[in-house]
Amino acid sequence: MTDRALSVVRAGALTTVQDLGRPSHAHLGVPHSGALDGPAHRLANRLVGNPASAATLETTLTGCAVRLRTAATVAVTGAPCPVTVDGRPAPWGAPVHVPAGAVLEAGTATHGLRAYLAVAGGIDAEPVLGSRATDLLSGLGPAPLADGAVLPLGSPYGPPAAADAVPHAGPAAELVLPFLPGPRDDWFTATGLRTLAAGRFRVSAASNRIGLRTEGPSLERARDGELASEGMPLGALQVPPNGLPVLFLHDHPTTGGYPVVGVVPERWLAAAAQAVPGTPVRFARIGRRPERAARPR
Amino acid sequence: MTSQGAGAATGGAGLPPLTTLPVGDHGLLIELPTSRDVEALHAELLRRAAAGTLPAVREMVPAARTVFLDGLADPSALAAELAGWRIPPPTTDDRPAVELPVHYDGPDLAEVAALWGMSADEVVRLHSGTTFRVAFCGFAPGFGYLTGLPAHLHVPRRENPRTRVPVGSVGLAGAYTGIYPRSSPGGWQLIGRTDAVLWDPRREPAALLAPGTPVRFVPADATVPTPRTAPSRPDRAPEEPAR
Repeated sequence: MTDRALSVVRAGALTTVQDLGRPSHAHLGVPHSGALDGPAHRLANRLVGNPASAATLETTLTGCAVRLRTAATVAVTGAPCPVTVDGRPAPWGAPVHVPAGAVLEAGTATHGLRAYLAVAGGIDAEPVLGSRATDLLSGLGPAPLADGAVLPLGSPYGPPAAADAVPHAGPAAELVLPFLPGPRDDWFTATGLRTLAAGRFRVSAASNRIGLRTEGPSLERARDGELASEGMPLGALQVPPNGLPVLFLHDHPTTGGYPVVGVVPERWLAAAAQAVPGTPVRFARIGRRPERAARPR
Repeated sequence: MTSQGAGAATGGAGLPPLTTLPVGDHGLLIELPTSRDVEALHAELLRRAAAGTLPAVREMVPAARTVFLDGLADPSALAAELAGWRIPPPTTDDRPAVELPVHYDGPDLAEVAALWGMSADEVVRLHSGTTFRVAFCGFAPGFGYLTGLPAHLHVPRRENPRTRVPVGSVGLAGAYTGIYPRSSPGGWQLIGRTDAVLWDPRREPAALLAPGTPVRFVPADATVPTPRTAPSRPDRAPEEPAR
């Protein structure tokens, strides 16, 4: 067994290996995948001197604990949580030196949902289609972490850039999701669109890396049936027959047959990745209903 | 260009009526009257991408009646430009078809024979005598939606989807034939199974079937068995295919 590795002491509720994902394969049915909170993933890497493309660990609510077989610089970002090294408190959101054989633990998030644990050199799992990300929809990439699993580490890239202030948005009492209407907003009645813009929704406990599901009022449809399958964007607000919008996150299916009433631009998705079940959700329309440009016959 | 009723009312040569819809701030959904028009536009987009005259895109996803482009710097500029494109009709694909050996022993073969009003043997002859084309992919890596059956042979999905469809199952639903690249739940009518490995991320290319690929099914008993590389068959399964 190589020295440059970590072993999983406590995998937590769901911890996966994530990087920037595997874009440009949607036409083969391969989801984008990658870290749900991109800024937190990038920051963790920057704090330990890794490029943004290095793989980190993405935890879910309860964090995780790993034993490093080699001394390494690590950093925990994303959802704030207690960080310890062999039980002693260590800073969150800052580079931490962990001696060989010590256990680094990211505890349960004090708020938010997903923490990112970066190790200098990155998690060196075998890439699939250019990415080490775990894709929970299609099963690509390394399996979710299990207690006792061993993950190889890459060689450090060099000294990290000096970190100054680490920005962190405080806990949001409400998740506000700006969206651009369309492409299938015409499948909903004016009442249905008002429901989306004014309704009180909450994050459903059934949410996962594939989509953030909501509970709340049902959007009234203007027409029945399904669309012929069409390409689905990251950030799609897809509305299944129960009328409750699902926000497509990074492991979303590449095509689908339910109408997309609006699209949340990618820069807002990190906030969605940190919203715990029960968080109030408000959808805020930014921009007009789309103009359908039709080429005359 | 087309032969389907109202869809035949395309404009002049190379000008199918198309509708563009913005998708978020960097996407564009292009809607066309027929799958043949989608095929033609997709081919034209690939030609322009190869020639370096298409703006950079992150994703290009053809589907049943649409092509979805994402990661465009300026979707509205491309939408405006599209209106003036000359799009030649799709040419006959001269690539040799990917041949998939099939054991035609699926649990729904008799049901499909009844729906088609013929014997099971005739179903096999007809299905294996058709050249299919991958219209688009989706549902799972390596899952292709294959077109080629005439409209009167389209069959509904099963009323009760199966909780587990074995890997390699060859199924029919709506206008499509598809092969399950791994075991998953599914509601397609299963007429056979293949040992071909549809998806292997360690292979280049990983997907045996990509949009545009011509495909033929060959009754397995009528072919010399061909050795195949060891399959990679993850067990985790998402929902069933949408259509």
